[in-house]
Amino acid sequence: VSFCRKEERRVRANDREYNEKFQYANNCIMTSKYNIITFLPVNLFEQFQEVANTYFLFLLILQLIPQISSLSWFTTIVPLVLVLSITAVKDATDDYFRHKSDNQVNNRQSQVLISGILQKEKWMNVRVGDIIKLENNQFVAADLLLLSSKNICTHIPSAHLMILGEVICEPPNNKLDRFCGTLYWRENKYSLSNQNMLLRGCVLRNTESCYGLVIFAGPDTKLMQNSGRTKFKRTSIDRLMNTLVLWIFGFLVCMGVILAIGNAVWEKEVGSLFQSYLPWDPSVDNFLFSAFLAFWSYVIILNTVVPISLYVSVEVIRLGHSYFINWDRRMFCQRCNTPAEARTTTLNEELGQVEYIFSDKTGTLTQNIMTFNKCSINGHAYGEEESGTSLCEKEFLRLDFSFNSLADKDFCFYDQSLLDAIKLGEPLVHEFFRLLSLCHTVMSEEKSEGELVYKAQSPDEGALVTAARNFGFVFRSRTPNTITVQELGRPVTYSLLAILDFNNIRKRMSVVVRSPEGKIRLYCKGADTLLFERLHPCNQDLMNVTSDHLNEYAADGLRTLVLAYRDLSEQQWEDWAAQLHSAERAPDYREDRLAAAYEEIEQDMMLLGATAIEDKLQEGVPETIALLSLANIKIWVLTGDKQETAVNIGYSCKMLTDDMTEVFIINGHTVQSVREELRQKSMPAAHPSSNLLDSISGEYALVISGHSLAHALEADMEREFLDTACVCKAVICCRVTPLQKALVVELVKKHKKAVTLAVGDGANDVSMIKTAHIGVGISGQEGIQAVLASDYSFSQFRFLQRLLLVHGRWSYLRMCRFLCYFFYKNFAFTMVHFWFGFFCGFSAQTVYDQYFITLYNIVYTSLPVLAMGIFDQDVPEQRSLEYPKLYEPGQLNLLFNKREFFICIAQGIYTSVVLFCVPYGVLSQATGSDGIPLADYQTFAVTVATSLVIVVSVQIALDTGYWTAINHFFIWGSLGSYFTILFAMHSNILFSIFPNQFHFVGNAQNTLQQPVVWLTIALATVICIVPVLAFRFLKLDLKPQLSDTVRRAFTKTQIRRSRRPGALGRLGRAGSRRSGYAFAHQEGFGELITSGKNMRLSSLALATFASRHSASWIDTLRKKKVLQLVQGFKHLLATLYSGSGSLVSASFLAVKNKGSDLGSFVI
Amino acid sequence: MGKKVAGSGPCSRIPDNSAFKQQRLPAWSPSLTAETVLPFFYIIGLVCVLLGVALFLTVQKIQEIQVDYTTSGTCDACFEMRSNKMSASVKCRCSVDFSLKENFQEDVFLYYGLVNFHQNLRRYMDSRDDGQLVGRTTNLKNPSTYCEPFAYNNGTPIAPCGAIANSMFNDSFTLKYLPPTGGVVIVPFYRTGIAWYTDKNVKFRNPQIENELLPQVFQGTAQPFYWQKPVYELDPSDPNNNGFINEDFIVWMREAAFPSFKKLYGILNRQSKAIFEHGLPAGNYSVTISYNFPAQYFQGKKLVVLSTVSWFGGKNIFLPIAYIVTGGVILVVAVVLTVVYIKIGKKGLNMEE
Repeated sequence: VSFCRKEERRVRANDREYNEKFQYANNCIMTSKYNIITFLPVNLFEQFQEVANTYFLFLLILQLIPQISSLSWFTTIVPLVLVLSITAVKDATDDYFRHKSDNQVNNRQSQVLISGILQKEKWMNVRVGDIIKLENNQFVAADLLLLSSKNICTHIPSAHLMILGEVICEPPNNKLDRFCGTLYWRENKYSLSNQNMLLRGCVLRNTESCYGLVIFAGPDTKLMQNSGRTKFKRTSIDRLMNTLVLWIFGFLVCMGVILAIGNAVWEKEVGSLFQSYLPWDPSVDNFLFSAFLAFWSYVIILNTVVPISLYVSVEVIRLGHSYFINWDRRMFCQRCNTPAEARTTTLNEELGQVEYIFSDKTGTLTQNIMTFNKCSINGHAYGEEESGTSLCEKEFLRLDFSFNSLADKDFCFYDQSLLDAIKLGEPLVHEFFRLLSLCHTVMSEEKSEGELVYKAQSPDEGALVTAARNFGFVFRSRTPNTITVQELGRPVTYSLLAILDFNNIRKRMSVVVRSPEGKIRLYCKGADTLLFERLHPCNQDLMNVTSDHLNEYAADGLRTLVLAYRDLSEQQWEDWAAQLHSAERAPDYREDRLAAAYEEIEQDMMLLGATAIEDKLQEGVPETIALLSLANIKIWVLTGDKQETAVNIGYSCKMLTDDMTEVFIINGHTVQSVREELRQKSMPAAHPSSNLLDSISGEYALVISGHSLAHALEADMEREFLDTACVCKAVICCRVTPLQKALVVELVKKHKKAVTLAVGDGANDVSMIKTAHIGVGISGQEGIQAVLASDYSFSQFRFLQRLLLVHGRWSYLRMCRFLCYFFYKNFAFTMVHFWFGFFCGFSAQTVYDQYFITLYNIVYTSLPVLAMGIFDQDVPEQRSLEYPKLYEPGQLNLLFNKREFFICIAQGIYTSVVLFCVPYGVLSQATGSDGIPLADYQTFAVTVATSLVIVVSVQIALDTGYWTAINHFFIWGSLGSYFTILFAMHSNILFSIFPNQFHFVGNAQNTLQQPVVWLTIALATVICIVPVLAFRFLKLDLKPQLSDTVRRAFTKTQIRRSRRPGALGRLGRAGSRRSGYAFAHQEGFGELITSGKNMRLSSLALATFASRHSASWIDTLRKKKVLQLVQGFKHLLATLYSGSGSLVSASFLAVKNKGSDLGSFVI
Repeated sequence: MGKKVAGSGPCSRIPDNSAFKQQRLPAWSPSLTAETVLPFFYIIGLVCVLLGVALFLTVQKIQEIQVDYTTSGTCDACFEMRSNKMSASVKCRCSVDFSLKENFQEDVFLYYGLVNFHQNLRRYMDSRDDGQLVGRTTNLKNPSTYCEPFAYNNGTPIAPCGAIANSMFNDSFTLKYLPPTGGVVIVPFYRTGIAWYTDKNVKFRNPQIENELLPQVFQGTAQPFYWQKPVYELDPSDPNNNGFINEDFIVWMREAAFPSFKKLYGILNRQSKAIFEHGLPAGNYSVTISYNFPAQYFQGKKLVVLSTVSWFGGKNIFLPIAYIVTGGVILVVAVVLTVVYIKIGKKGLNMEE
């Protein structure tokens, strides 16, 4: 790779002077936007980029033109300043925290090699070209070139690191999966790739320490290059709101035009005569120009239909909801001490509208911990859990393995009879565990005497070998030709004759061993379907019993393996060995010949039993999934796992059940086959017989694998795929790449117009999390990459139900109620001017006092609706979990849409008509009890304003469903403040200071002492409210929402135990026989072990194995799709299997033993 | 995985268990049930109807008479005269006869009314200087720019300035009772006490300069264009009713909200003559108008109104009718709701849906 000379980066190790010439960025990062001086101008500039703010600025300028200024300038500037300052305060707080975190990061300590000595240095002082030392569990300070690492046995003295090499590499970029460079050292050239890099933000794992050369620092690091402009997510309500605001603008202009026309007519007909009392402005020479000015004047006074405080109120409400999420104790995980976190504060109400959830499997649904749970030995089932035992009882029942000094302390098993069987020396039980201790590809490492560490290639195998270890058959060590096992305290060394390796077609593996006594035996473990065919006929009875057990296990979602053995005579072995030998030497069809040879010997086996491994689900996963599906949320599992594993998890978390009509499996490798499979599947699913009953009973599920998905996502097939998938109750995509995860999400987003939520925990989920409307990061034991990309994060999958059904639902409900009321109150307020226009010669005279106009939105009516928007609850939280159907209105977008908007507007306009007409009708003729007419402008203004405040207060009281003390305080407080401010504004004192500003002096007392005025206000209130009440009552009576019903049912009779979804408790034990086989295992390890070439598998070797598996279809995918979305999953690969050997595990922030996901990460 | 013991330790991040943070604030959740809504409807409906009926009966007792004098009676000539610019300032008196069918009991109020006169135009309403009217001497000589073009008369500041003051209604009325026995009795009216107390005492003040009388204070100001006399001579009969605190002026300056309005002119003086002790007796009356205010510029009408009041004010038929209609509609709605509730409703109430 050659770089343009100017662009390339030259770094010389330990040579600061040289490197300084290039002025590379230092390692100080700055994510903050402002400092004290720049804050005001920059922030204001940013805020005025908002259309709404600019609009109000424009209005302000209009108001300064005396000819059209129908309102004082302060009616606009006060709210505008208030809105701007609230936003500014929020921005300032955010930036303060950014400053703080920058400081904290910049001041982290790292060890830098300066003139041969390791010195402590702050991160920000680390320079390009420095060599730094990292220790286990430390964050990587900058993008490093890995020089050396120290694991258990190697030790590199630091002096050796005083190399003076030079690196020439590509300039900084944001491609996480790519690095090109060359290292020149002692006249040698080494090419460098991404494998050699440790990226900033990673954590060093499983490695004591390592040294690295800083290549990119601070803002040049890949992390910072990627953290740039994140795509700003908007909610559907946001988009709707923007549309509506535009419509309102249009409405405003229409009103303005109508009134301007009215003005033209009036000025022509009446105003021209009236000129002797009121001449036109000098600038106005005809009625048309007067109309033009009237238009702008009306734009000014009607501007309150476009609510200036809308956006800021919405933000405040969302912020409140986010805090409620952060504060929720029921979304707090005791074990990891992590509360839930709303990382984005702008998406809350969309949580109440989710229709599709895309979930990762490993680490999200499962804990990626395998436990040996049950087994069936010789027809006897062990490990049946007694249901109903509480946790502490369980602890009590836990088997005591103290007899075995080599036992793993963390292993749990609860069936004493199995241990008794071992102690009694039942031969088959012994043989069972002997098999488990011999037939595997696990490596063991004995750090000190008796302290065994197993490095298993798959967690399943680890669990099996660990089980054997605890039951007294301890696998201690292996060489290419031997396996040493401690059998009940007695060391026995078997010679390993052959490993018949595992692969996906064979679905089994075997070993042939010779015991010290000289007996040759083949041990085999594998999928039931395949092994049962190869048993000796005399096993029939045992097979039936075992297969019953297997069915039970499968129904519980356990992963099963069947174990069998075969005694081989010396002769048999030799014959077969020769055959194997020739197969291995065969020039062509080697694989086929080997398979045939394996096939031959794995016959006539004796059944030993079966194991059942539990892929430990996260807590409460099946319940959560059941609940979410009851809430009509479709859950798609997107996993890198193999099909069997994925299906198995599907069953164990009850996404798939045996009741399902059919589980479609699409597995084709070519476009044609995928299309055919899809067509074939969609026949029954997409056209369920028109009979309603049938369509209910027909539940389908779809399982599609990554290579088929690559074809299914093609432009011409995606529609078909989506249609089929959407008919299915559950969709599982296995062996998908992170890119495909994102594509699937994108597909649903594009075609279904539904809100999607992606949940995951690893770096491979980042693309999906970023693509979905809402990204949820599970902050697992390790990674934070997913969390960093997410909008919400918590530590348990089950919290999703609370997030959606409780918080999301409430947020949506509150936001909708808030918006409805907000538009209503502004229309009711503003449209009165419109009606008054017909009586005041369209002269843009306002109905209200200008102070009332200023304060209406920000003081008199803002807080009650905010309180409702933040605190309202229609049903208590338990109910929304008990009745998941309550979630549906959000998905269907029922509570706030264009129709609801028009209803609100209509109600607002109706209210404005009443508020104008009733006082007009009454006051235009009325006189007070003292004979003084009440038809003066100021009395009218106060009467209308008071009626308005009372009507909207009554309305908010009706809308508020949950009256906390705060609501009471705000509603009564707003009314109180209205009257207080009214009297203050109309007081003598203010008037005597500013007579020209407060000319309503004495008005409040004179008006409000008149009984007629109160009768008018009461009448207007009744006429405004009664229809609303009647409609609501009718709706409640005739078409009650589920929430109304629930609410009423529980307010009436407190006790009525809810029915829990019945599907939960029941074990789907149907007649159909299903194999529970699932084994996260890769081919190729047997060969490695027997070849003896490399007992310490390097991560590289593993990578090759993994990639061999799936490279072909991924290549096809690569050719077709531009890899834009690919994020840091590449690094996972490099690090995943640090386990067995030497290298560093530089997880890209997230490392887990995603052994089973391995295949899919090779890009 | 580190087995941290979380929960109570100082570094535990568990959120507070406060009712506020956990959204468990004690609250009242009212809901619209038939038990609350239907009785509410009946009660409100009933209250409205009863109130309406009570108001209606009260209103029935109030007497009111409106006399349009724009061109009626002998005012025809005056109207013509005012239409002609040449004779705009020539004095003109006319009278209109009318009769009261019933006695006007107790206090009787005399109003003048204008129809189609827009006191509520934005620029008209802005055209005043409250600083000047409250008696600030600085504003007296420097009227606000809002008063333009009625702020200066050839450089002399106008007091009171502005379009409202300029267009002040300046007809005056004399009401005569024509008893059946013959003769003419002039009906006495109080010409003060017709404005709000706050207006008279707070909002409108004469400028005060020590040792100077009103005419001296207003020295250096011009009277509004359309006025026939200066502001300090508005009421020759009562020296305390002159200047900005002249009550006719104050009444005029309180702008009407709608183009048709009436303003209080005087209150019957029941003390001065025994015949009017209980109000105005039924019979024939004549009102003599000093006809100054031109009506053709606003194409409207001028009225004289006589009215009595009750506890809640003058004749106002809209309010009781509106109450009765509203109450009636609410009762009908309540019946409909009840029927719907009993016949169709309730279905939604059971939990099985």
